[in-house]
Formats: sequence, structure tokens, C-alpha cells
Amino acid sequence: MTARDEGAGLGERPTSELYENVTCPFCGLLCDDLEISRTGSTLKVLKNGCGRAHGGFERTLHDAQPMVKGKAVELSQAIEAAAGLIKKAQLPLFGGIATDVDGVRAALSIADRSCGVIDHALSEGQFRNLKVLQSNGWIMSTLTEARNRADLFIIVGTDAHKLHGRFFERIVCTPESMFEDMSSKRTVVFIGEGLDTSAAMGPRIDEVITLPCKLDKVGEVLAALRARLRGTDLKALEPANDATGMVSGSKRTGFLSNLLPKQRTAKTPSSPRTQTIDGVSLADIDALAERCKNARYGVMVWAPPGLNFPNADLTVQIISDVVKNLNVTTRFAGLSLGGNDGVVSGAAVGGWQTGYPLRVSYATGKPEYDSYRYSIGRMLAEKEGDLLLWIATFSPDIVPPETNLPTIVLGTPGLKLKKTPDVFIPVGTPGMDHAGILVRCDNVVSLPLKNLNRAPLPRAADVLAALEAAL
Amino acid sequence: MLIKLSGGKVYDPANSVNGEVRDVYVDGGKIVSPDYGARVDKEYDLKGRVIMAGAIDPHTHIGGGKVTIARTLMPEDHQMDEVAHTELTRAGTGHALPSTMITGYRYAEMGYTAGFEPAVLPANARQAHMELGDTPMIDKGGFVMLGSDDFILRLISEKKDFELIKDYVAWTMRAAQAIAVKIVNPGGISAFKFNQRKLDLDERHPYYDLTPRDIVVTLARALIELGVTHPVHVHGCNLGIPGNVESTLATIRAADGLPLHLTHIQFHSYGTEGDRHFSSGAARIAELLNKNPNVSIDVGQVLFGQTCTASGDSMRLYAGAKHADPKRWVVMDIECDAGCGIVPFRYRDKSFVHALQWAIGLETFLLCEDPWRIFLTTDHPNGAPFFCYPHLIRLLMDRGFRQDMMQKVNPDALKYSSLPTLNREYSLYEIAILTRAGPARSLGLKDRGHLGPGASADITVYFDKADREAMFTKPELVFKNGELIVRDGKVIKVVQGATHVSRPEYDKAIEKPLKEYFDRYHTMRMENFKLSDDEIIEGGRGEIVVQPTKARTQ
Repeated sequence: MTARDEGAGLGERPTSELYENVTCPFCGLLCDDLEISRTGSTLKVLKNGCGRAHGGFERTLHDAQPMVKGKAVELSQAIEAAAGLIKKAQLPLFGGIATDVDGVRAALSIADRSCGVIDHALSEGQFRNLKVLQSNGWIMSTLTEARNRADLFIIVGTDAHKLHGRFFERIVCTPESMFEDMSSKRTVVFIGEGLDTSAAMGPRIDEVITLPCKLDKVGEVLAALRARLRGTDLKALEPANDATGMVSGSKRTGFLSNLLPKQRTAKTPSSPRTQTIDGVSLADIDALAERCKNARYGVMVWAPPGLNFPNADLTVQIISDVVKNLNVTTRFAGLSLGGNDGVVSGAAVGGWQTGYPLRVSYATGKPEYDSYRYSIGRMLAEKEGDLLLWIATFSPDIVPPETNLPTIVLGTPGLKLKKTPDVFIPVGTPGMDHAGILVRCDNVVSLPLKNLNRAPLPRAADVLAALEAAL
Repeated sequence: MLIKLSGGKVYDPANSVNGEVRDVYVDGGKIVSPDYGARVDKEYDLKGRVIMAGAIDPHTHIGGGKVTIARTLMPEDHQMDEVAHTELTRAGTGHALPSTMITGYRYAEMGYTAGFEPAVLPANARQAHMELGDTPMIDKGGFVMLGSDDFILRLISEKKDFELIKDYVAWTMRAAQAIAVKIVNPGGISAFKFNQRKLDLDERHPYYDLTPRDIVVTLARALIELGVTHPVHVHGCNLGIPGNVESTLATIRAADGLPLHLTHIQFHSYGTEGDRHFSSGAARIAELLNKNPNVSIDVGQVLFGQTCTASGDSMRLYAGAKHADPKRWVVMDIECDAGCGIVPFRYRDKSFVHALQWAIGLETFLLCEDPWRIFLTTDHPNGAPFFCYPHLIRLLMDRGFRQDMMQKVNPDALKYSSLPTLNREYSLYEIAILTRAGPARSLGLKDRGHLGPGASADITVYFDKADREAMFTKPELVFKNGELIVRDGKVIKVVQGATHVSRPEYDKAIEKPLKEYFDRYHTMRMENFKLSDDEIIEGGRGEIVVQPTKARTQ
């Protein structure tokens, strides 16, 4: 351990302290204006906390000790036991990776040295975005830019308020913005039913519009929007768009047609006024297209974990297409939220150290990338790999998938493990127990996390370095 | 430990040493002139070898958000160049967008001991320095981008006190831990956010009451008065547009004697002659440059092959996105601060446009008379990846080779360039200026880029081969701070270089309006915007070297 885990000097910490400008590591927005007090090992969010921040900072500090096969041991013994397991492994899997930048750096280093595979617990969602980046690209905005500039927000299939409790407060309904003389009012459009629209309110908000469709059908509605923006007359097409947003205008005949999903019953031909796309009238889609074209700076918002249905990357692709189309005449950009538990930091550090956003195997000594093959969830399900090392330093809910493989867990105390791992090493939460850095959901800004001196727990990065040194 | 490099031909332009056979002594990581008879602990017999200071790349996109977005965008770029770990080195990937460790290793293996990231967005400075921190072997530093951030546009357009503008510039350099300041498409990145698609030097910004000329002149003057050694580093208006030679010439005139560095000038030297309305403006640029000793340039040479363009210039990269190859690209509007664009590109020797870009770059090199004011760059990875430098050096040093290469490119393109008529061949001494002494002097690296006593012992030793490409591809020895780090073109020791910064003075009172600005508009607190020294050097990531600045003047 280095002198950096200042928790080691816990005996000397003041019994209570007040911290300002604290960054909250519990969602991808990384709000950094929190005020937090500490009394002993208890933290209290005094200002600017959302439910998630209160839950994260104020959660009970469980007693935790390093354990080998369920028995409490010294940290050095746990490290020795874990290093023994890694040395024996032919293909160790480094999963979870819910940690800060230094934790990701250390995980990449040991994965490289031990010829393992590395993937983040929340990759599945993030790859809905990355697949689009790697095939289509996109035009994106960032939180401050959207906060000051947008006159139209379109929230796509994502319960942004539920996922990010201060998104509307900080980005959409702000009391001030830089260019008020140009457009002081904002319209907020929700695409998808059952989304919490209650936070889209206040003097800044002009209109709030909802286009209700099933959440896994937002891609279809956007595909219709894209078609209308491109001047396509949808009446000319067969009415059925499938969930992937691909216009299934081609006839499905021949023996292969049996393999395809059943086509939805074609709607009876109808006039544009009454024609609907998954419950949204074409007239409403046309009205949205007009709004988009007339916006000075529109922002299309989604959170990858919100688009939780098969092939959701194709929905992200349509968002990218719509945004690109609109930029021919006006300005429009995407804004991806999500990014919890260090998943953006994982992709960023993976990106700069290997060229790839994790899902990398070092089995041959070289980094090899395959977003399907090196999904640790898939690998465990198909019994690939022979050891799992799991890192989860933020949320106690980031638990390893079920597996019979020998398992090492570097976890926050109270991690909701379903079974006792071979080795458990409690580690600190960056931004509570030690300092650190995380990359924000917009993949541009990174923020410093403070050491709030909560508990003398080691940094995951230091435990990983000690493990690597013991190999 | 006293090390002696004996008998090599030394090219050290900063000390006017031109190929003389000399011994070079190293002790404690520095070049020394030992007392007569001092005991030599280790001697390298370097008869017939060429000795230069370690090379310095003054403009290379190797760290920061847009580079990593580009890396992520282009997995196929890495798949043909995956590098396994060794006992010493980490695994990684290479080619046009190498991963950070591979970047460090490959620069060192090519005899480079420093590289400067020229586009550090203040909002992204923390990540840029994290990436540079993961780039071993070489010294590094960043140029912070200003000129499309809303704070400075407000200061300039509201005609605020010039001292306040200087305070803001110096504060930003400190917050972003930069050594210099860069302007990218002055005001244009901001204008693009207001749906403006082009902004010429004297065109009014669509929102703020100012022109790009105001921004360039203000920042040029601010940096001089702040005492920063490197003049404002300008990526001008109209990147890549035929006819942009006019705005480049106008920018040189706008400086009106103020020091100015025009970067990747090749991309800004296009005329409109001929059937294709695309021709070389290099001769006109060189003519004006030769008369204006206040202006320096780097070239941004294009070389053929697959690469990826990555720039802060969201406006111009968006316009160029239709040429993306492969067909995917990213444009971003960033934090009321800046922007970026990333467009993959494949330069083809049979393409009229690409061949002419290639010729324009070479023409610029060959027509500019003062080697102290021109630096060798490809604007990595925009014109070509940095590993192509040895090829470029041979093109400059070897007329016969250059003529052979001209046979391979689109012949029509050469009709619109004076390249075929140019016979100049660069000497080793001039190459040492372009790649060492010049950048060091321009950036104010007082103890780098030369071999005089007191300099850091960053030294490269080459076999003196007639094939200059082979010679510069694989140096025999590279020393970093007196330690042997590369032998026969391979890393033998991994070290961590320093981060160079400069810290002009500012009045701390600037934090009052800044804090108010951050609290009203930003999504980040001013306190967290500032990057601490510890964040850069923690975890054994080298040291910070504060390069001197002159006293602040009014």
C-alpha cells in the first residue's frame, strides 16, 4: 500500500469534518457540488444530494475483513492466496472493473501480465453505444454545452429522472443559461411511455410533449422520424417496421422466411392523420420533425442502460442518423447519459492503453478485441476461462455473475455476494475512502474524487498492484 | 557515473556544432564538461556515428479525449499492429493511433525524447494529462486551447481590461497545466455551435461582437506580455479549403510583428488555380514567411496511407466528414469550451488532391529559408502517423529519392506545385535544427534539444547511413537523462519522462469572476476544474518541470 490510502492514518483523522465541492461517484453525471459532513465513519450529504447520492454516501459501513474461503485473514495472506490462484490460471477473467481510473489502470496491468481477459460489469449497455461509434460515428454534445445551448431536448426511451436524479435540475431546467437572449425557453419531448416527466418543469420549460410508445419501440418511432426528415412518404412503404428499426419492406418469401420472426399484422391503410407508428400518430411524428428542423440546438438524450432490449444498438444508430440528418441545416447533437460504476472510465482507460474499450483478451500476450467473444458474462455462461477476479468498489449491487470458477472479489464492504468467493478483499470506495478520478458520462470531463476519510480501506489499485507484484 | 561518448560526429545547432568529431560527457543525467583527467566510468566508442540531442516533436496528437475517441473509433487500425508484452514493456496496439505505452516506446525507438500534445481542451485537461502520464519514455507537455471558449469570447467582445484577459490566459494555463496556448479555428468552433459553417479572419462571429482577427491578435499579445516563450500556436481559419492561402497570408500580416506560430501550415496553403481549382500556395506563404521573422511554422506533412484526422476544429472536420474513409466519424461540441472532430482518412498517391497536399508540404519545407522557424511535423496523425518521420527526413535530404517518389504520385498534381523545380537538400545540421534545436528554443525548453553542458542528457546516436530513412528509423543508442533506454532501435529500459509546463503570473482575483461564471453556467466547480500537480505526478508518473517565463509586462 502507498501513503496515498490516507485512511491508514485513521487514528489521526479529526472526528468530524465538512467537505465542499465533493464529487459524487454514484452515477455517470458526477455532480461535483455536494457538501458532505463526516462524523466518525458516518457521512451525511448536506447539500445537492439526490436519492442515489444519499444512498451511496450514507450507506452503512459494514465490517469487512479479508477472507480466504470464508475465513478472516490478514490482507497479506489474502493477497498471497489470490496470487496463487492467478498463477495457476490459464485464462483469468478480470470482471466488474467498477473502480476509478487508477483501478482500471491497475486491472489492465495485471490482466496484461497474466494473459487474461478484461471486461466491465456494465459493458452490455455501453456497447449499445460503442457499436454505433465503431460503425457509424456520431455528433455529440456534453453536459455544460447542452445546459447552456439547447432549446429542444428529446429524451429517448430513457427514464432520465429515475436514473439520474439531478439531470433535469442541472441540465434542462437551470435557472440561467449563457445564451438567454437567443432562446430562453426549452421544449422537452419524451419518446416512450411511462417515463417520469415530473422533473421537466419550471420557468425555463416551454412545452413538455410525450410520444407514448412501448420503450422497446422507440427505435421504430425514430426510424419514422428519420424517414420523414429525409422526405420519405411512409404511406408508400409497407407499414411494418420491426423492433430493430429496419424497414422491413422487402417481401419475406422462400424457406428462410420461416426462420424470421413473424411479421406484425399489417395495419389497415390509413390517412396520415390517423396512421400510427407503434401508437404514435404520424401527425405527431411530423410535428416533431418540424420542431427538430426549427430548433437552434437540439439535443437527443438517452442512457444506454435505459434502452434495455435486444439490439438496442440499432436504436442508438437511428439516433445518430437523425442527428446527422438534422445537422445538414441546423445544429443538433446526441447526449448519452448512463456511465455509472466507472464504466466510462473503463472504456476510456482501455481505449488509451490498448486501443480498445475493454472486452480485450491478452491471452496471446497481445491485446485482442472482440465485443462479443470477450464479454465476461458470455464467457462465464459458456464455461470459458478458469478464474474470475471481480472488482466492485461503488455499488453493492455490482455482483459477479453465477459461476463455479474459483473467484477472487475485490469489493466494497456489504457487496451483495450470492456465494462466498475463494478470496474476498474489502476495498475502499473512490471518493469516500480514498481520492481518485472518474470520467463523466459525456466522455469528455473527468473529475477528481475526494478522500472523505470514511474508512481505512485500501484502494483497489493498490491491492491489484500488490497482487501483480506477488505473481 | 561519468559516461563518455567518444569519437562521434556531433550535430548540435544550439551550440553551433556542425558535424565536428567531439566527445560528449554525461554525469548525473546531465551533459557535463569534466575536469581534465576525470575518471570515465563507462565509454562508448562511437567513431563514425552521428550524435544529436534527443528529438522533440512540437506538435503531435498523442493524448486527450479526441485521441482516445479516435482510437476507439478505429479498431481495425490496431488489429494489424497488435504488440505483445515483454519482460520490460506493456502490450498495446500501434499504427496511426497507437496506444499510450506503444506511443512512448516507438517515439523513443525512433530517437525522440519529447512530444507535445497541442490541443488540450481545458475541460479535458485532466484526461489529457492522464494519457500523457501513461506515455512512458518521453518528456511531454500540452498546449491549452483557447479562443472558442465562451469566457474569453465574452472578455474580448465586451472589451474588458486587457490585464484581466491576461490573467485568464495565465490562470487557464495553470489550471490545465500547459506550457503554451493554442488557438484552433479562432472563434470558429464556437461559431459552429451557432450553426455557422465558415468563419474567415475578418468575418464577424454570429453571436459575439468580434472577429477571428481580434482573437488571434489578443492572444498573441497576451502571451508576449505574460512572458511565455512559445508564441500563440495558431491553427488558422478555413482548414483544408481551396483558397485558404489568402486567410493564412492575412493572418501573418495581422500579427503585425507580434510573434506567432502557424501550425500544420500545409493544410492552410491552398490556392484555387487550374481546372480543379486547387493549387499550391506554398510559394506565396514561404515568400511572406521569409520576410517576417516573427512567424514560425510547422508543416503537417501529408504522407500516403491510412490514418485518422483528429482536431479541435469541429467546424472544418464536420465539413470534411463526407470524405471519411472508412465511413464513420465523430464531431463534438464541448462544454462551452471547445469542440473536436475525428475523421478517418486514407491519403492516396494517385489522388490529385492528396498528391498535391503532399507536394505542398514538401515545397513549404524546401522554400522556407530559415530552419529555425520551421519544424518537422506531420501533425500526427492528421497528415501521417509519426512513425513516418524518417521517410519524410529522407524526402528532404535526398533529391534523387524525392524525384523517384514524384514518379509515383498523380502527375497532374505536380503541375500545380513548384516541387519538381526545387533542388534543395537538407543537411544533417538543418535536420537537427528542425527536429531538436528549433522546437526546444521555440517552446522555451532551456535544458532540452542541445548538447551543451547543463543540458539534460537526452541523446540519440545514429549509424551514419546514406539511406537517411534507414538511419533515422533505427538509432543505435538513445539516452534519456543519461540512462541508456534504447539500443539498436529497441527499448531496453522503461523510464518515465517529465511534464513540461510554464506558469506565467496572474492576479488571483481572476477567480472571483471565474467562480461566478462556473457556478452560473458550468456543470463543474471551478475548484475541480483546476488540475493539481499531484494528479500528474502521483503513481510514479515522472516530474513536473516548470520552464522559465519572462517577467510580465504591460
